[in-house]
Amino acid sequence: MDLVNALVALANFVLIPATAYGAQLALGALGVTLIYGILRFSNFAHGDTMALGTAFTILLTWGLQGLGISLGPLPTALLALPFAIALTGLVMLATDRSVYRFYRKKKAAPVILVIVSMGVMFVMNGITRFLIGVDEIRFADGERFLINARAFKEATGLEEGLALRSTQVLTVVTAVAVVALLFWFLNNTRTGKSMRAFSDNEDLALLSGINPERVVMYAWLIAGALATTAGVLYGLDKSFKAFTYFQLLLPIFASAIVGGLGSPLGAIAGGFLIAYSEVAFTYAFKKVLTYLLPDGMAPEGLVQLLSTDYKFAVSFAILIIVLLFKPTGLFKGKAV
Amino acid sequence: MRKLLLASTAAVLAAGAASAEEIKIGVILGFTGPLESITPAMGAGAELAMQEVTDSGMLLDGATVTSVRGDSTCIDAAAATAAAERLVTTDNVNAIMGADCSGVTGAILTNVAVPNGVVMISPSATSPGLSHTNNEDQGLFFRTAPSDARQGVVITDILMEKGITSAAVTYTNNDYGKGLADSFQSAFEAAGGTVTINAAHEDGKGDYSAEVGALASAGGDILVVAGYIDQGGSGVVRAALDTAAFDMFYFPDGMVGEALNTNFGAELNGSLGAYPGTDSPGAAKFQEMAAAAGIDGTSAFAPESYDAAALIMLAMQAAGSSASADLKDHVMAVANAPGEPIYPGELAKALELIKAGTDIDYVGASAVELIGPGESAGSYRQIEFIDGKYDTVNFR
Repeated sequence: MDLVNALVALANFVLIPATAYGAQLALGALGVTLIYGILRFSNFAHGDTMALGTAFTILLTWGLQGLGISLGPLPTALLALPFAIALTGLVMLATDRSVYRFYRKKKAAPVILVIVSMGVMFVMNGITRFLIGVDEIRFADGERFLINARAFKEATGLEEGLALRSTQVLTVVTAVAVVALLFWFLNNTRTGKSMRAFSDNEDLALLSGINPERVVMYAWLIAGALATTAGVLYGLDKSFKAFTYFQLLLPIFASAIVGGLGSPLGAIAGGFLIAYSEVAFTYAFKKVLTYLLPDGMAPEGLVQLLSTDYKFAVSFAILIIVLLFKPTGLFKGKAV
Repeated sequence: MRKLLLASTAAVLAAGAASAEEIKIGVILGFTGPLESITPAMGAGAELAMQEVTDSGMLLDGATVTSVRGDSTCIDAAAATAAAERLVTTDNVNAIMGADCSGVTGAILTNVAVPNGVVMISPSATSPGLSHTNNEDQGLFFRTAPSDARQGVVITDILMEKGITSAAVTYTNNDYGKGLADSFQSAFEAAGGTVTINAAHEDGKGDYSAEVGALASAGGDILVVAGYIDQGGSGVVRAALDTAAFDMFYFPDGMVGEALNTNFGAELNGSLGAYPGTDSPGAAKFQEMAAAAGIDGTSAFAPESYDAAALIMLAMQAAGSSASADLKDHVMAVANAPGEPIYPGELAKALELIKAGTDIDYVGASAVELIGPGESAGSYRQIEFIDGKYDTVNFR
């Protein structure tokens, strides 16, 4: 029985990675849910918007590094982020003007807009690859670790190491800050309130004189900012590869739908729920149990519910269960 | 006019046939696809040997050898079969140097080479599944690359010498990774070691912390990473180092490269590995020849490609015929001892010796020694990480 080692192992391989991953999913899901709330369609291009925003950030980061500017222990990418958000915002507005507005004017059915967004997705995917290539890029600089696993082992004398990457802490802190800012914006500003009104009841909102084009514009700008931030945090924490963001689309949509489409709070809860489930279901608990159980009772097998190959299957399963039993999601969003 | 043209063409053909035979060798490699970065050097290596033989004018009394290239795509068996079919039936190649990846090589062998009776010598297909111990290939298939079954034994030997008895294995989820992981597991367990976990990872993902979590939970003294250095393999190593899940790694052939030094450096101190390579003087000689011809001779499997093409032509000389049916029985004889050792650049001498009836032992650029059903015994360069970069410590 060795409670401390068990807890450290659990934190190192489950709690810390899942929390960081959850924060990244939550930010992504917020963007999806926002577009769904205002424009009433599932934006499949969101994953590639994240990739494009991150590509902008990487290019700007390289520029800043070339000029010799850095943030000391923090990644330079944070400095480049606001500019990248502005660029992504411009791309979002341009896409809306050239593509989505046409279908909005025609009052196209949501399913048509979904297909349109898939087209946008492929174009954006191509632009991202064209812009920055298909190779893996690591753009995190500055201090890599807050707690180094090896140093932790030596300092505490424990058998298990605990690694806490600075990017993981940064991810969670940034996510909390962004979410707080978003909620303040939605609840306290005039624009935020009009967005909520528009989302709740479009006709009433129009009657009370809210300009729909303005609301749509703000929705795209915020979605672009959220996507870029989520993409950059994911890229800093893991690595950037144009294609991996496309794969993130599934867990992000699962998060948004589980939480309830259109509900910002639901997107956050959904993000963490999906992240914790994915990691916990595919983690092999052999080591933790070996520490916890008395000698001689240690498990022979790996005590792994699912092979890591089936990580995405977890998102799918949760999605199906929620849609079967609570179609509006945990936080009473809109039914899909 | 038409008659005149036909007549002149016939005359040219007749004249050509009278002076010397024109031999064609098919070069089927994945010029597009996942290996497209190394296949140009492989093809050029093979053509270097053909050029050497043509220039010597010694093969079958002055025959010229030309290469006809085909694209195996490395992954698309149907496309590879079609390309091989074209080479064999339309271009009438005498033999095939190729293919490169194990899957397409097997497809070409069963669909084209065996039905048409054409000899194939692959420079790089390493799957244990291609060892035809029951003559399924009708003696037509050879390879200058070792089977991964051999690499499994090499890894086991290296680990056992270091006193490592438990290992976790992660492999890239394809024929190469799975074949290597399984051959290592059976060899290691036969030698008394324990494989704690043998789990796949998918290439091209952003995050491997879940995979590493499972590997770490299973434990083991060392992590064997049977993956690709530019793909998931490096991702797994990064995540394992970050979480201190493993201190020691073993890198098979797909993982050894300069990128390990630049990406990880001192973090890998003490880790082990091995990749095909030899300290035979032939390797250095090939590098020189390749450099003079403007080819990257250090590129993976380029020496093996040179050797594959050379073996085909030497076997033709030994058989006294350029037909696959005749030359297939002579490949093993020219490749192995006894006989005069032959290094790269000495093909003219080899052809002369064979003509004079002297036995030769082709060593070539990759120290060729064909065993069993005609595959390379395989020599490996064992490496170890010291002071942030890997160094060759031994040859096996």
